[in-house]
Amino acid sequence: MSNPIALLGRTAQYVLLSFAAFISIFPFFWMAVGATNTSPDIVRGKATPGSALLTNIVTFFTSEDLPRVLFNSFFIAGVGTVLTLLVSSLAGYGFEIFRSRVREKVFGGMLLMLSIPFAALMIPLFVMMANLKLINTYQAIILPTVASIFIIFYFRQATKAFPTELRDAARIDGLKEWQIFLHVYMPVMRSTYAAATIIVFMTHWNNYLWPLIVLQTNDMKVLTLVVASLTSAYNPNYGTVMVGAIVATLPTLVIFFLLQRRFVEGMLGAVK
Amino acid sequence: MAEDALETRGRQVTRSNLARSEQFNGWAFVMPALVLLGIFMVYPILWSLWMSFQVGRGMNFSFGGLANIIRLTQDPVFLRALSNTMLFLAVQVPIMLILALLCASALNDSKLWGRGFFRTAIFLPCVTSLVAYAVVFKSMFAQDGILNQMLMGLNFISGPIPWFSDPFWAKAVIISAITWRWTGYNMIFYLAAMQNIDRSIYEAARIDGVPAWARFWYITVPMLKPVILFTTVISTIGTLQLFDEPNLLTQGGPSDSTLTLSMYIYNLSFRFMPSFGYAATVSYVIVVLVGILSFLQFLAARDRRR
Repeated sequence: MSNPIALLGRTAQYVLLSFAAFISIFPFFWMAVGATNTSPDIVRGKATPGSALLTNIVTFFTSEDLPRVLFNSFFIAGVGTVLTLLVSSLAGYGFEIFRSRVREKVFGGMLLMLSIPFAALMIPLFVMMANLKLINTYQAIILPTVASIFIIFYFRQATKAFPTELRDAARIDGLKEWQIFLHVYMPVMRSTYAAATIIVFMTHWNNYLWPLIVLQTNDMKVLTLVVASLTSAYNPNYGTVMVGAIVATLPTLVIFFLLQRRFVEGMLGAVK
Repeated sequence: MAEDALETRGRQVTRSNLARSEQFNGWAFVMPALVLLGIFMVYPILWSLWMSFQVGRGMNFSFGGLANIIRLTQDPVFLRALSNTMLFLAVQVPIMLILALLCASALNDSKLWGRGFFRTAIFLPCVTSLVAYAVVFKSMFAQDGILNQMLMGLNFISGPIPWFSDPFWAKAVIISAITWRWTGYNMIFYLAAMQNIDRSIYEAARIDGVPAWARFWYITVPMLKPVILFTTVISTIGTLQLFDEPNLLTQGGPSDSTLTLSMYIYNLSFRFMPSFGYAATVSYVIVVLVGILSFLQFLAARDRRR
């Protein structure tokens, strides 16, 4: 640290990171403080805790059939995440372990499809769901997102680091291919699964546009739709919506903190 | 000799059995995903391609040839949405990726104090629920809100900025919201890739007296080229599909100044009298744009590598 240029660099490093961290965290602080304030106070920019927390909680939890809404959100995100991880990791493993010229072409085609925006699929999917009488059902939300090209690609990349010796040893022990996947691959790759769980759960939990189109009755609504409709009111009650925002953020935050250590490991494995 | 032949044949049989079981397993593992992708991706893509040549309202279609494409060129709302989307893309993606790269290289330092804290803090925004951060941003950017107060307190501005009623500032709100949310996400990709770069390259450069900025520009950036390309393509796709933020923060306003292509497709299909054929045509504009831009980005990355 005797070198003044090195000291300057170090300072710049801390200034940049502190600034970025402050900007990143401030809205969370704002959300927590907002939940304790009344709507006029929030809009006036009051940044100190107030005394309206209880009123806000009660207003939010009585504004809709919240237990039902929460159940819908958790059910869709939970089932969706498990199915997505299963189907997509099977495919990623299959593409990497069993190579064939035809499947390489199929994989290449899939990567091209990664660039197709959801907006281009939205209308045909809606009409398809309407024809299958699936509008306003859980299946309509979950099914289209289960085979995720991005997650398949991610698992294929990660599988490159899966040691061949393990698979050979398991084969010599007489394990069938599906047993190798279930009893060797899945436990060994748990970091990869952890990272994928965060990403997949987040996408399902935060999904907004597709539920907005497909879910039409109040008893099927998910949390994102409820919070969004409270937000886009002409004169929203911010205190109440802040409680909603916290409820909508907590599950992903909890999952993130539980799996965080593995998350970074998992990402490292995929980028290698 | 006969024995030899028999043995060879025997080996061929087992080998072809093995090959056949490899083939079977290969398809078995990928089949669930392929079936689902076929139903929920390939079929809709082809369907909407066909739709884009149909005209008519609701569920009554008739073949219209290129009528929809001609309508595009004369539709002021479409042109507005297109130019807004391109503006978001041109401004937001570079800002976000450069910020992510800077943060990642500042974090890629094992001697840094509080490394885990900074990494988690900067990554945290992308874990939030979209609707949650929309309401937080909406209240922070309110006319008398915390942000205007802070800026006025620091004497950066003399009066409050009309964030949501001015077309320019409304765009700025959208851009800062997306940047806030996704910078940390991209940073993690860079950070993961940086940790795979051999430390000794940096040590050698340091001993040779190469300054920090040059180490960043001539070692880090070229080594990260594949990841930078990947994040650029992913962010381009994301921004071209932008829907959630403008829909929740500005509803496309004021006077369509934050209307995006995806919002326009949504409006055409579900808000106004449904015009699926024309909406499908607009969605193919996004597909074509993504195709062209990804191709250009691949070209650019390849050129510089030579």
